[in-house]
Amino acid sequence: MCMPDTLIPEVGVITSIRDETPDVKTFCVTSATGGKPFGHKPGQCAMLSVPGVGEAMFSITSSPTNTLYMEFSVKRCGTLTDYMHTMQEGDGITIRGPYGKPFPVDDVLRGQDLLFIAGGIGLAPVRSVINYVFDKREDYGSVDIVYGSRSAGDLVFRPEIEDTWRSRPRTNVYLTIDRPEEGWSGNVGFVPAYLGSLGLGCDKTVIVCGPPVMIKFVLEELVKLGFKKQQIYTTLELRMKCGIGKCGRCNIGSKLVCKDGPVFRCDEVDELPDEY
Amino acid sequence: MYKVSATQLTDVLNTLAGTMDVFLPIRKDGQTNFGLYAEGVQADFDTLKTVKPPKEFFLPQSESLYKGVVDGKDIHIEPAAFADRPFVVFGMRGCDVLGMEILDKVYLGEPVDRFYEARRGHGCVVALACGRPASTCFCKPFGVDASDPQADVTAWLCGQYLYLEPVTERGRQLTHKLEPFLQDADAEDVAEYRQEIRERLEALPYNNLSLDALKDADMLEVFNSPVWDSVCDACIACGTCSYVCPTCQCYDIKDYNTGDGAIRYRTWDSCMYSDFTLMAHGNPRKTQKERFRQRFMHKLVYHPSTAGGQLSCVGCGRCVNKCPSSLNIVKIMKSLGVS
Repeated sequence: MCMPDTLIPEVGVITSIRDETPDVKTFCVTSATGGKPFGHKPGQCAMLSVPGVGEAMFSITSSPTNTLYMEFSVKRCGTLTDYMHTMQEGDGITIRGPYGKPFPVDDVLRGQDLLFIAGGIGLAPVRSVINYVFDKREDYGSVDIVYGSRSAGDLVFRPEIEDTWRSRPRTNVYLTIDRPEEGWSGNVGFVPAYLGSLGLGCDKTVIVCGPPVMIKFVLEELVKLGFKKQQIYTTLELRMKCGIGKCGRCNIGSKLVCKDGPVFRCDEVDELPDEY
Repeated sequence: MYKVSATQLTDVLNTLAGTMDVFLPIRKDGQTNFGLYAEGVQADFDTLKTVKPPKEFFLPQSESLYKGVVDGKDIHIEPAAFADRPFVVFGMRGCDVLGMEILDKVYLGEPVDRFYEARRGHGCVVALACGRPASTCFCKPFGVDASDPQADVTAWLCGQYLYLEPVTERGRQLTHKLEPFLQDADAEDVAEYRQEIRERLEALPYNNLSLDALKDADMLEVFNSPVWDSVCDACIACGTCSYVCPTCQCYDIKDYNTGDGAIRYRTWDSCMYSDFTLMAHGNPRKTQKERFRQRFMHKLVYHPSTAGGQLSCVGCGRCVNKCPSSLNIVKIMKSLGVS
């Protein structure tokens, strides 16, 4: 019997679904027989699919230290994600992966003070790193988390941020929303501007993810604050079909986001065409 | 080297077809493409270039990956079977053979594409020397010798004979099947024919293109060249260049709903299309300029930078023939300094 092709998924099951925001849900997925479908590292992705509906790449938002299941936070914004938002606990879903190069959590990031910056659903891949760091807290320095979204209701993982992350040792969480709204006493403004106002030292290693335009302005702000591009990691998103470097869809210059990324150090991104 | 009398070609093909699928150029409705040989089918070895490249026997235009059935809360997946029937592609030109080498690097690189690997493992290629290369041919700059194309077997149709030179073990096994028809021959027998081909090639307008300008090209410099602003003006984004290209590798994955489930299949795709990179939050290649640039950057800069300098073009000239807007890779290479 030949080894099956990498494009053939395994059947998993959605064991629970959590509403994060009006258009983001977090899906817990296990193998059909229970347990995690496969191991992964923070920043890696997986292909989720429903036959007859479609298949798409999602970042694995749970930390590898979660050994029971995998989580995917999915924004409703297309054919497959619209369908997924109608799915119920116990429904089957197919999964294949893990794909891509992870954040260097076990070498470069160890012992470093970490600054996480995210916008909107961009916190999903970053959460995998954050929870990995918290589960191995003694291996890392201070943690600063700067997170913004359009509105308070669009901030994902809000209960976890408030109840868990804020109370972690040597950790600061900074939230911001784009426009003022009733009941919000926190910061109002875009992530890059908020970042500039926090007075953070530039001796940290940075992990940033969000909409491409936010990433670009955050990078400008970080450089202004004295950070070097070599200190900054990001995770990029391009359309993908295969996830294994064959279908030719997700390249930025000579790099394939599915295989050479999605995690890139920002000085590496500078060497690539501005087409992402 | 062996030779077979041209009058016995039909017997040769029938013998091969008895043990394997034989794909060869067949003229139908005014076009020649590789197709399945059956008794009575007339092979067309006179047409130099089939419309579609024969890569489709290793990377089919559409190919089922698996069937998925949603049954209440359960999902069942039935993977498609891997190719297990031996076949021969008889009469592939040297440019298309090189195209397969380029696709091999993509599809046999880790993680290996098992569907492609199975076809590669069951397919034998008989390469046919190009007696009459065309003015749109430019394979020599890519290292192809159209007078002596290297595959499992090299073949020459010269005078009253088909000459066969097995190159690989698989090629030897194939010629072994033809033993009853084979007569011994000598390389000298095709020497004059090869010389004629080389002379014809020398007279072709693009035969001596120098690709030096593309060697070690600086990716960002070429990407940011002002050439791209205007060179794509005539492109109508039809994607023909991709579908006739022996090295275009890109595919889409889609579902075909069968009523009782869905066949998930892959199908050739083109980076020339606007939805190729379209995502929920936007499109990184917004205009045809970016999509056009992507195709040629991939062939001439991106692919070489990851494949030891090998360009992802073989000089078959199909895009030169077929582009309805008379755009083609030679024009692009020339605007980038190739002379």
